[in-house]
Amino acid sequence: MANTGTERVKRGMAEMQKGGVIMDVVNAEQAKIAEDAGAVAVMALERVPSDIRAAGGVARMASPEITEEVMNAVTIPVMAKARIGHIVEARVLEAMGADYIDESEVLTPADDVYHLKKSDYTVPFVCGCRNLGEAARRIGEGASMLRTKGEPGTGNIVEAVRHMRQVQSEIRKLTSMSDDEVMTYAKEIGAPFELLMQIREEGRLQVVNFAAGGVATPADAALMMQLGADGVFVGSGIFKSTNPEKYAKAIVEATTHYTDYKLIGELSKDLGNAMKGIEMGTLEANDRMQDRSE
Amino acid sequence: MSVIGVLALQGAVREHVRSIEEAGARAIEVKRVEQLNQIDGLILPGGESTTMRRLIDSYGFFEAIREFGRQGKPVFGTCAGLILMAETVEGQEDGHLGLMNMTVARNAFGRQVASFEANLDIKHVGESIHAVFIRAPYITEMGTGVEVLATHQNQIVAAKQGHYLCTAFHPELTDDNRLIAYFAAMVEQSKNTLAS
Repeated sequence: MANTGTERVKRGMAEMQKGGVIMDVVNAEQAKIAEDAGAVAVMALERVPSDIRAAGGVARMASPEITEEVMNAVTIPVMAKARIGHIVEARVLEAMGADYIDESEVLTPADDVYHLKKSDYTVPFVCGCRNLGEAARRIGEGASMLRTKGEPGTGNIVEAVRHMRQVQSEIRKLTSMSDDEVMTYAKEIGAPFELLMQIREEGRLQVVNFAAGGVATPADAALMMQLGADGVFVGSGIFKSTNPEKYAKAIVEATTHYTDYKLIGELSKDLGNAMKGIEMGTLEANDRMQDRSE
Repeated sequence: MSVIGVLALQGAVREHVRSIEEAGARAIEVKRVEQLNQIDGLILPGGESTTMRRLIDSYGFFEAIREFGRQGKPVFGTCAGLILMAETVEGQEDGHLGLMNMTVARNAFGRQVASFEANLDIKHVGESIHAVFIRAPYITEMGTGVEVLATHQNQIVAAKQGHYLCTAFHPELTDDNRLIAYFAAMVEQSKNTLAS
């Protein structure tokens, strides 16, 4: 007897990534740098988010050659992004053997109403969330891992911080409620009642929740861990810095030892420049990737 | 009460801590080398073996863990932990900690879509133990002194060599604590032996 694609196997895969850093890469060479630096997984993409932002137009699943090139280059897990609601992109990535799919707002949504029913797939999914309602809806659809949305490709941590704090604070609020208050709260935040009852009981989400969307420095990564992230995604932050190898290693170590401030200070020396970054106030409403889905 | 440390550089640390406590021992998360002096047994948890190895090297854990083992103190590796304990890893020039006289293949059952759950009979431990395999390795060759504890699809997925124990799967992801309890008993016994 052997069962594949079970909830435990899919969520368990994300549990194994805890305390680690998942890095965006666009080719085999970057994937090797990430693996050597100690990344727990890589995300294969056609462009990193800041380049997607700069290029404009419609952003789709990466061409299969890129995903395959990355899969052949490293032995750590390879994740890939599918457009929100794009059943076929997701099925193609699953058939190719991607280890995890990010149903991601970084790409242009294929469906502006519905997300994928992720429980139907053998491959596990990660999705973004800004608050507890969004987190619980994604878990309800079958996501095995969550991440903050943050604001991808900005190198600005403020939105990831907002989203992590929001989820944590709503969990605290939920756990202090009496059970007869939960249904109304479920209605207010648009979350499945049964899942909220479980979260209230356990005091935490059913799946791991990583930080993503704006992590640019070792200190940013450590900050997110301190706010309760289970691990960190770094998109543009590494390969848009001036010394990616050093940067990648420093972010991995800062994530492991996130309360060792002396060490983080040492790690942050002679790193070259971080990516330039974007101030939120300068983004137009339609440039905000986090608002592309609910 | 014996104290069991979980190497907490990366991976499924919280789950091991929970199952150790449920097995009646005290658990601590080991992030610094000095903490090895406070524990009677060590668990190398599941996670990414390449990541853990890099952090083991960066923080001086490599020799310290080998020395911990040489003192006769029990070590238990699950999944990535099993890989770290092996003398030789297929496709790699260098092995890792070399605690156990065996060769392992990484991701041997395939990529994530092939990850699975199964029930196993494990020698000395029990029958029909629920096992979760995630991008799991298996043992391809064993030297003298290594005992097979369980197989799945004719592949070796659990083994023991003296005070060293390893599994290709994740006992910490289930509520079945028999394996952790078995390791806790090994630790308790070694503590009493080393004290006398």
